[in-house]
Parts: sequence; C-alpha cells; structure tokens
Amino acid sequence: MSTYKMFFAGSGGQGVLLMGQIITYAAMLEGKEATFLPSYGPEMRGGTANCTVVVSDKPVSCPLIYEADIAVVMNLPSMDKFEPMVKPGGFLFYNESIIDRKPNRDDIKAVAVDLADRSAKLGNDKVANMVMLGEVVRGTGVVQVETVFKVFEKVFSGRKAALIPLNKQAFMGE
Amino acid sequence: MTTDKVLMKGNEAFAEAAIRGGARLYFGYPITPQSEVPEYMSRELPKHGGCFVQAESELGAINMAYGAGAAGGTVFISSSSPGIALMQEGMSFLCSAEVPLLAMNVSRGGPGIGGIQPGQADYFQVTRGGGNGDYRIPVFAPSSIQEAVDLLYEGTELAQYWRNPIMVLADGMIGQMMEPVLLPDFKPVPTPHEIAGLRDWACTGYDDRGGDQNRRVVKSLRMQPEKLEEHVEKLFRKYAQAEKELVRYETENLKGAEVVFVAFGTTARICREACEILAEEGIKAGLIRPISLWPFPNKAFDEIDFGTTKAVISAELSMGQMMTDVQIALNGRLPVYLAHRTGGMVPTSPEVAARAKAVLEGLK
Repeated sequence: MSTYKMFFAGSGGQGVLLMGQIITYAAMLEGKEATFLPSYGPEMRGGTANCTVVVSDKPVSCPLIYEADIAVVMNLPSMDKFEPMVKPGGFLFYNESIIDRKPNRDDIKAVAVDLADRSAKLGNDKVANMVMLGEVVRGTGVVQVETVFKVFEKVFSGRKAALIPLNKQAFMGE
Repeated sequence: MTTDKVLMKGNEAFAEAAIRGGARLYFGYPITPQSEVPEYMSRELPKHGGCFVQAESELGAINMAYGAGAAGGTVFISSSSPGIALMQEGMSFLCSAEVPLLAMNVSRGGPGIGGIQPGQADYFQVTRGGGNGDYRIPVFAPSSIQEAVDLLYEGTELAQYWRNPIMVLADGMIGQMMEPVLLPDFKPVPTPHEIAGLRDWACTGYDDRGGDQNRRVVKSLRMQPEKLEEHVEKLFRKYAQAEKELVRYETENLKGAEVVFVAFGTTARICREACEILAEEGIKAGLIRPISLWPFPNKAFDEIDFGTTKAVISAELSMGQMMTDVQIALNGRLPVYLAHRTGGMVPTSPEVAARAKAVLEGLK
C-alpha cells in the first residue's frame, strides 16, 4: 500500500463526513499518515456534503485531491460529480437504492450497494452509512476491519456505546 | 509529553494549543472559517481557569486584548481576514505600547467581505500591516495542523519575549481539515503575583507587586516628536533583532532543480505534490517554504542552485502579493513568475505543475 485518495459524497445527513472521519481515525491508529478535508460553506445545509480523505505510508503532501482511488457516492448528484474523478482501475461505491443509473465507465471497479434494503433489514435506516463503510473497508483494505471496530469504541462512547453492536452488524454486512 | 496522536480539526487544535501554551484570556467574534476557535475556547477555557469573552465586534475584541495584555494577561485572539482588518488599528496600538498578544488569522478570500473559502490574499495585510505608523508584526505560516499547534504553543512565549503581537496565519483549509496531531504538555501558568515579577512593565496592580510603589505606564501616545522618534528607533532596534532571530523556512530538492517554487501554507503542500508530478516527467523541481513571512527568509534564496535553476515561481492564493518579497530576495538573480488562484479558488497540483512546464518552455 502506498497512498489511497478518497472522496465521500452525498447529501447532508447521509453520514458521509462520519465515514471519512472513521477511515482517517483508523488510519491514524494504524500508524499511517492521514488527512480529512470536508467541504465547507453555505452549500452544506440541506445540500450536498463531501469530504476528501488521504491515507498514506508517507506524509500526505496535499489534502486536496483531483482524482481518487476510491469514490463513495450516496446520491445521484455525487455520482455525476465524482464518477469522472475515479482513477482507471479505481473503486466507485454507489448507493443503488436512490441512484437510478448505472456507472458510465467500464474502466473502474463499480460496486452497487442497496443501502435502503440492507438497512431496512437491520431495522434502522440510520446505519446506511456504516453498511456502505463496511463494503468500502472490506472491499479495498484501505484500513483493517479490527481497527475500525477500535474507532467505534472511541466514537460511540458513553450513552452511544449501546449502538456499537448494531453498527458492527451493519459494517460486516450481516 | 503524551505520545498518542489525536485526530483534531485544525481550528480546535489551534485553540487547544493556545490553552496548552498558557493563554488564559480569549476575546473574539465568530467568523467563518475559524468559528470553531471561539466555540472551543468558550467551552474549554473556563475549565482551565481562563476567561472567554465574545466581544461585540472585532474592534471590541482587539481592544479587550490590548487592555488584558497591558495588565499582564496571556492573551490569544483569532479571526479571519475581514475581522483581522477591523483589528488593524489595535495592532498598531499594541506594537507602540509593546503589549504582547498571540493572534491567529484563518484567512479567506477577499477583498471586502469576500467569501469563506481559503485565501492567502492577506499577505500584505499581515506582513505590512493595515494600522498606522512604523511597526512590525512577526508572522508565521504553518502548512499543517501539527506545525500550527507547535507555532501557537511557542507563540505565547514569543509574544512575551518580544513584547509585541505575534501572528499565526493559516488559511481556511488548514482550519477546516483534520489531521493526526501530537499535543504538547500544558505549560505552567504563573500566578498574578508571579506575573507582576515576570512582566515587570505590566499594570498588574499594587497588591500583586509586593510593595513595589513604582508607577507602571502602558501607552501609545507620545506628543513630543523627539520622544516619539526615540521610541520608534527603540522599537526598530527590537525589530532588527527579530529579523535575525525569527527567520524560519524549509527548502526541498533545491540541488540540481530546474525550477523552484516558493509557497507557504496549503499552497506549499500543493507545490510539494507538483514537484512529485514534475519529477515523474523528468523535470527536477524544488521548493522554498517560508514559515516566517515577516521576517521573510531572504537567506533561503541563497540556497538555490543557480547553476541549474532557470526560474522561480511564486505560488499563491492571491494575485501575487508574496511575489514582491520573492523578487526582493532574489534581487534580479532569476526571473520570477506567478502561479496563482484567488477568491477562494485553490489550484490542483497538476495545474501548478503545468504552469511550471509552461514557464520552462517559454524560457527555451
């Protein structure tokens, strides 16, 4: 592994920033270099949200990216914007529940995830982002599954600790 | 020092670094992209026995900082470009009265209210100053959250040592991003009695001074021109010393470089990646990264490999404000070009690399 450049994008409330933060946090716990850069501005309220994550074995020269090894898109506008920015051979994870088209490119590894169906089976649509994150981590190996679980222990502390089993279940695709 | 890195947002890490560096007084007014600094301070500073005041405006904040600093307090303030502009009168007063202050500018696009995306068009504002009179403010520009934390932590002491405002300039991107960071230990905080002894010029009040009856006066008004000139000459002896002691920079790959970028903050990180892109194409590119913007690291330019380097490119998120200092530092030794975006736009590393290639092509 050398460097993974990643986009996470969707609409406000879909948990795309948390996905990016968990990957960054896990990379740090694994002793890697990592940066997390959220988009910020008036467009975030009720509109689109996205973040950029870079994980590397060496110091991250630039947190701003223009092409990605992995793009994770949760809605159609994000797919339209970020699909062209995936490197040839890179990954595109997309939320097929609400994105009503297939990817245009055939030189990338596209992974369709039915988040609505998967999270409905878990009885909680708030864990859709964790279902997606599990697909990304298990599908790419950008960080280790066990490290993400360690991050869960830190992110879901106190009263939220009760949510850990559900999030692990969502993450593992069970 | 703890050896565990924590993942923090830039703005929150800046605030924590100032607290750990000993700042116990914060005055501010919210403005994007640095509003997490006052938010964090309002929550955390009281836990350390400090005092957070949301001022009625940036004008109020800088004058509260002036008063608190004159009374011997360890003061930290922060704002973003138009807010820093409102503080300029106060900066001039603090410099004249030799009142210490640690200030942070998380800069955005301008002029005017401008926008809220990252910018570096405050270069003139922070290195030349918008206040009146002869004064200088040392300015440091970190390119990572860790570097910002280290500079702010040291900055509380630098401000006291130089009895002058010290400015840390980060752009909105460094304020908004998250990176793993190693936080330094909390510095011991002096008691009011200790401050009266350590800061023997500060208006601490008789009770803390153990019977010292000498009047202490902090002022910026000097009506007699002879006295004012004498005072300014004294300030500039101090600034001359600061020019010797506070120069900081980094250089990368200057030996054998065909082209050298000069860039600070976020732009330096973009240039570092542009150097990698150019290397893949067989073009050797180097980087000079000023950390101190005033004093500008003129001596860094003596390290350029003048046998191989054909051009120097000032890369900035402005219309070329730093370029003037680059030209002064080079003093005609090499042609200087500009690679820039402005208004909150940030160039990609391939754009910067393409600019370097175009410059080199044009020189053939």
